[in-house]
Amino acid sequence: MVAHALAEAVTYPAVGASLDVERISHAFDIDGNVLPVLDDVNFNVKPGEFIALLGPSGCGKSTLLRLVAGLEAPRSGVLREDGDPVTGPFPSRVVVFQDPTLFPWRTVWNNVALGLEAQGILKSQRQRVDAALDLVGLSQFRNAYPHQLSGGMAQRVALARALVNDPKILILDEPLGKLDSLTRITMQAEIVALWQRKGFTTLLVTHDVEEALFLANRVIVFSDRPARIKADIAVDRPYPRHRGDPRLAELRRNILGLLGLDATW
Amino acid sequence: MSTYSASKTVALAQSAEEGAALSGRPLSLAFSLPAGGTGVFASLAWVGFGISCLWWPDIGDWTRTHQLAAAAFVISGAIFLATVAGSRLGRFNAGLQRRAPWLLVSALFLTLWEVATAKFGWLPLPFFPPPQSIIEVYTDDLPKLLDSIFASVKLQLGGYVIGATVGFLTGVSIGWSRSVGYWVHPVLRFIGPLPATAWLPIAFFTFPSSWSASTFLIALATGFPVTVLTWSGVASVSNAYYDVARTLGAKPSFLVLKVAIPAALPHVFVGLFMGLGSSFAVLVVAEMIGVKAGLGWYLQWAQGWAAYANMYAALIVMSLLCSGAITLLFRTRDRLLIWQKGVVKW
Repeated sequence: MVAHALAEAVTYPAVGASLDVERISHAFDIDGNVLPVLDDVNFNVKPGEFIALLGPSGCGKSTLLRLVAGLEAPRSGVLREDGDPVTGPFPSRVVVFQDPTLFPWRTVWNNVALGLEAQGILKSQRQRVDAALDLVGLSQFRNAYPHQLSGGMAQRVALARALVNDPKILILDEPLGKLDSLTRITMQAEIVALWQRKGFTTLLVTHDVEEALFLANRVIVFSDRPARIKADIAVDRPYPRHRGDPRLAELRRNILGLLGLDATW
Repeated sequence: MSTYSASKTVALAQSAEEGAALSGRPLSLAFSLPAGGTGVFASLAWVGFGISCLWWPDIGDWTRTHQLAAAAFVISGAIFLATVAGSRLGRFNAGLQRRAPWLLVSALFLTLWEVATAKFGWLPLPFFPPPQSIIEVYTDDLPKLLDSIFASVKLQLGGYVIGATVGFLTGVSIGWSRSVGYWVHPVLRFIGPLPATAWLPIAFFTFPSSWSASTFLIALATGFPVTVLTWSGVASVSNAYYDVARTLGAKPSFLVLKVAIPAALPHVFVGLFMGLGSSFAVLVVAEMIGVKAGLGWYLQWAQGWAAYANMYAALIVMSLLCSGAITLLFRTRDRLLIWQKGVVKW
């Protein structure tokens, strides 16, 4: 495909790590029944790439992200970050969840400082917290408590809390899923800008085909549970992208078709 | 950015019990009088109380009647001056305005009390002493009363601190570790609901001194609610918080100290309040039965001598101490849980 050649031609800064997902299968035990969620999932991510994972609700995309984050171990298969197997959570792979899950007893600044504090390096690196808050435009709210923030602001704080660790792989688990559509559009552009500036590898789980196409280099489409890869589609358009781009509309039609929704188009 | 309202919430920074008692409504009880009207009436009521002390002769033999009247006049004068000075006193004036209805009502109550006891004896005398006889206790029996206060505070503080600390640590360990929970939970179930006072007879002969026995009982009464609530607080912390902390590189100690405990703290405080209440009960009983010191013992002693005024005096001190301790705990909570303002209705 031409698409692959074009994606290849784009160069990425060296900050991001590569990610190899090698024959991952996973299942849950629910009341003694084994419920398979991931079935032999296999793909590679180049350093600095932006991958969107698309699939029907409940298909196991979020489980895959938890495995990548190291919060759970897969039943079989290996995950490699820059060639080294993933054995547990590590701040080079940071997750932004669908809910901001800010700690309500900490101010915005202290929430963002969480990672550095947990790693015991906050004292010497306080300016990184300020910088991360600057990056998401919330410096003025450093002393606010989470309940005083709007949904979009809270999610920006969550983003800053992740970015302050200078992750090599940023894992986004539907981070914009609960935001209103205007905030969502704004934050999509912000995420692209941050990604281009910082050069980390990004994995985004989303339900929103348009969002996936607007943000990602590659869109991986999953089947219903247990999730299997249905298609791996390169999005061969430069940034900043335009939502009305006919090429994106075409890809969108393809993807909706893969998800069994072509009748709506 | 309209959702941000830090200044508004901070402006509400007022302790909870005060909010409930006073600030809730500005008490339009001022009977549509001009500002300070209630203050003037309160001042008059205190004059009335002073006069009621002097107007009729005492039907008993009390030495502090004149001093009490003098004190009433002084209070009246102070209220009057403060009311007249008005806005020049700033914050103090606002506080006075808010409390003026209470000052008025307490003067009326004292007058009624004075008249019903010392002057006409409507209430049977030895059992209902007049205000001046209670003042007499505070002036003449002060050393013994102070000793008792000191003993009570010492016993209560020691037992409470031990109980709260042990309860908190136990609660955190049960909530955190499944194996600790396995062993401690049944013990807690079995022993916890037993009223601490039921241990009294055993405690007093197994412990080397009645003081250590009482400390143990107070600690027990405090420890149970603190343990249970700390435990349920830690157990109810959302897994999402742990996930976030773990992906950011948190070690288990961080998860306990910086995630589980802060998240559980609102529950812990409920336990501390409950523990405080039940430990007061144990304190008084322990002092009455075993320890030969403290306000509980003073009550018992006064009853033995039919010194009813001393009993009332000790009761008043006791209630001041207990409510003072509760207030202190409220203040501490307000400090530590400032983030809850705006999340939870206090």
